[in-house]
Amino acid sequence: MPAADQETYERHSYDVVVIGAGGAGLRAAIAAHESGARTALICKSLLGKAHTVMAEGGIAAAMANLWPEDNWQVHFRDTMRGGKLLNHWRMAELHAKEAPDRVYELEQWGALFDRTPDGKISQRDFGGHRYARLAHVGDRTGLEMIRTLQQRAVSLGIDVFMELTVTELLKDGGKVSGAFGYWRESGRFVVFEAPAIVLATGGIGKSWRVTSNSWEYTGDGHALALRAGATLLNMEFVQFHPTGMVWPPAVRGLLVTESVRGDGGALLNSEGKRFMFDYIPEFFKAETADSPEEADRWYTDKRNRRPPDLLPRDEVARAINNEVKSGRGSPHGGVFLDIASRRSPEFIKKRLPSMYQQFMELAGVDITKEPMEIAPTCHYVMGGVEVDPDSQMSVVPGLFAAGEVAGGMHGANRLGGNSLSDLLVFGKRAGEHAAEYGAALAGGRPKVSTASAHDAAEIALAPFAHDQGHDNPYSVHQELQAVMQDLVGIIRTEHELRLALDRLVELRAKAAAVAVEGNRQYNPGWHLALDLRNMLVVSESVARAALERQESRGGHTRDDFPMSDPYWATQNVVVELKEGTVSVRRQPLPQPPAELAKLLEEEAH
Amino acid sequence: MSYQLVLRIWRGDSSGGDFVHYEVPADEGEVVLDVVHKTQALFAGDLAVRWNCKAGKCGSCSAEINGVPRLMCMTKLSSLPAGRAVTITPLRTFPVIKDLVTDVSFNYEKARQVPAFSAQPDQPVAPFTMYQEDVERSQEFRKCIECWLCQDTCHVIRDHEENKPHFAGPRFFIRYAELDMHPNDGLDRKKLLQETQGLGYCNITKCCTEVCPEHIKITDNAIIAMKERVVDVKYDPVVKFFGRRRAGREKRGS
Ligand SMILES: Cc1cc2nc3c(=O)[nH]c(=O)nc-3n(C[C@H](O)[C@H](O)[C@H](O)COP(=O)(O)OP(=O)(O)OC[C@H]3O[C@@H](n4cnc5c(N)ncnc54)[C@H](O)[C@@H]3O)c2cc1C
Ligand code: SF4
Ligand code: SF4
Ligand code: FES
Repeated sequence: MPAADQETYERHSYDVVVIGAGGAGLRAAIAAHESGARTALICKSLLGKAHTVMAEGGIAAAMANLWPEDNWQVHFRDTMRGGKLLNHWRMAELHAKEAPDRVYELEQWGALFDRTPDGKISQRDFGGHRYARLAHVGDRTGLEMIRTLQQRAVSLGIDVFMELTVTELLKDGGKVSGAFGYWRESGRFVVFEAPAIVLATGGIGKSWRVTSNSWEYTGDGHALALRAGATLLNMEFVQFHPTGMVWPPAVRGLLVTESVRGDGGALLNSEGKRFMFDYIPEFFKAETADSPEEADRWYTDKRNRRPPDLLPRDEVARAINNEVKSGRGSPHGGVFLDIASRRSPEFIKKRLPSMYQQFMELAGVDITKEPMEIAPTCHYVMGGVEVDPDSQMSVVPGLFAAGEVAGGMHGANRLGGNSLSDLLVFGKRAGEHAAEYGAALAGGRPKVSTASAHDAAEIALAPFAHDQGHDNPYSVHQELQAVMQDLVGIIRTEHELRLALDRLVELRAKAAAVAVEGNRQYNPGWHLALDLRNMLVVSESVARAALERQESRGGHTRDDFPMSDPYWATQNVVVELKEGTVSVRRQPLPQPPAELAKLLEEEAH
Repeated sequence: MSYQLVLRIWRGDSSGGDFVHYEVPADEGEVVLDVVHKTQALFAGDLAVRWNCKAGKCGSCSAEINGVPRLMCMTKLSSLPAGRAVTITPLRTFPVIKDLVTDVSFNYEKARQVPAFSAQPDQPVAPFTMYQEDVERSQEFRKCIECWLCQDTCHVIRDHEENKPHFAGPRFFIRYAELDMHPNDGLDRKKLLQETQGLGYCNITKCCTEVCPEHIKITDNAIIAMKERVVDVKYDPVVKFFGRRRAGREKRGS
């Protein structure tokens, strides 16, 4: 291996560099380009393969196509209540107001959503949304969205760098000046010079063993932001989606879309009981049906209260967890999700075609005839880069973040469908503001120093120099997944969190010494070795934030502090790096203005 | 219930390569991608392979399994002949980068050549009024996950590098069909499709339809339909005129 200082770098110069080509990154790149910025779009995988492609259920937007009663105020209220009021109110407001236009824009660019009988975009029911609100295409909405955005970006001629992984952000003084990465194909290094960078790298779920997330979800953006001096918010809030597949083991964690419940599916324990009626929290009593009869009427008549099966995800995941623990689980350690006995085979195949196919082909289960077996799976991180709600700029000048990597929008728990809309609303804003920021920079563009590129190259090449006797990156990754799954999962305690932090220190030492075989050409072992560094700092951020928040709320449940605490309702936990060490502090949560606060108090009916 | 499975994986790069045998532990319910991952973790950390969703949704993990183009994440071990080695090779139609990873940039080039959706002048700004029965035909084609298996299997380019510049391939034939059948698209791409994208090269062998993991009826619903529409445009302006008017009415569902 050549030493880092003998490296030459491929260099590119742009006004805006967007890292990540899921919904958020694509939308940001389109916006930056349309604002006149020379824009580059970078992604680790091929174009069109980002997580967004896997989204199933839909895009939440109060278009009121089925329920004229729906409007941005109700959507705002649902989002804030679903987030246990820990959302940044301004983001929730912008999101609810702008989502419909962002959906129409997709239609303008060629998207074909499912239709209502009068030729409008159809909308479906999802947990936590008072009205049927999710624009969708069967259960492949993410595919429709990413393809539409991808085709738009390609037709605009935006430069795309596929299979290129960014490992470091570069700075000049306090400002962002560029990014450093490698081509996966050749292992060659690339330096991007740009005054404005948009992070749109998605989530962190690959640090857990049971997860719906792919290899890409190593928290790169979160880690890049931390190392560049930005702050993260709400990292203790990790969403465990209540319905992941459990059997066979090879598919454990694969997502079963919430649309199954939105379209009529019910949760049952081993006694055949609809147990969710036993788990309706005080906070949601007024708006939740208390009998199966009322619940079933709700699907066709929204004057009834909603089924508890469609409570926000954190509530449902905890309930399932408890049923299994109490010995009322299914044979493979989950519970049952039944739509077979409740809807016709034709309906199921039309509304849930890819679920039908997924169970048929991977589990040999016909969901039109038998119930599914499901259990919670690590799915989404509410926490992310702290940004200005209007511009999406972090505390580091020139560094923006949008989509799952950004924090604040979803508070303690995200409602289904609110991610895809979030990507569009804040992707656009981030792209526009990044372009504007770059154009307005007085005093010339910040510079990339060769020394900082060398430093990044040295870190990237280190694994090749390590002794082959050390651990391989795959085994260290498995150990990390075990730690996070067992000690920083759905239910947490101080004791286990401290144990996790100790284990993470050991794993950091192991990861720093992992050895990789082969050369720099398309070498997944090497790529994973570099990803581990990000996973570890992000995992530690989650564990430290979880230790700090001594209450239970949304996607953070402490067995030793089982109640929500009014004090904590006013506090964010902020994570930052201080001299290379993860540290946490509390920060008061911005409070909504009176007219918005009033919306939150109103009763559901 | 674990058992030992023998994998023959092609390993190499553009300069050449060969099969390498691995004996990996396999478990009930596993798919080919699972055992490829185990091979990476246990024996070959640098084994190159693409994947993302592991659920047949992203189209990343395409390869040839015992010679058949398939998704590795959707091919159950139990669906393959028991007790026999499983052979995995990279897609043959595209140049190898390394091991199971090929250079599929051909497809991204063809994608760039498709003129984008453009709304009809009488309904220029979304939200559009469109009916389910009118969007359904195009929706079938929009299920495409861009796995490139149909491109890989099509004999027009499989062993014919020389045809690639003039042939968009089945994936893009359905893209042109999708736009042509979109109830509110106002561009005519049929001449382009016939003259520069190579629709005429296709002799309807249906091999593409057979390998499509999304079960899109590529040949019947897209290629044959487009061949008919192209003929209309070329030889019968009258049919075209009335045909479009009729289609126009359908589109608004009046
Ligand atoms: C199975 C599943 C179903 C879902 N269903 C829904 C749903 O119905 N509705 C909903 O609202 N939400 C849903 N979600 C959540 C939603 O899909 C995701 O939160 C969202 O797609 C994330 O989009 P994003 O643009 O932030 O990131 P992604 O789409 O994940 O894109 C991240 C991008 O960043 C790139 N990247 C990452 N790190 C680097 C790096 N170091 N260098 C270069 N590039 C990098 C990746 O290659 C990728 O292109 C679902 C999620 C899953 C997993
Ligand atoms: S039907 Fe046409 S496009 Fe499909 S494989 Fe055969 S020749 Fe190729
Ligand atoms: S048409 Fe089918 S086979 Fe071809 S790329 Fe699309 S999904 Fe794959
Ligand atoms: S990994 Fe996505 S289709 Fe196989």
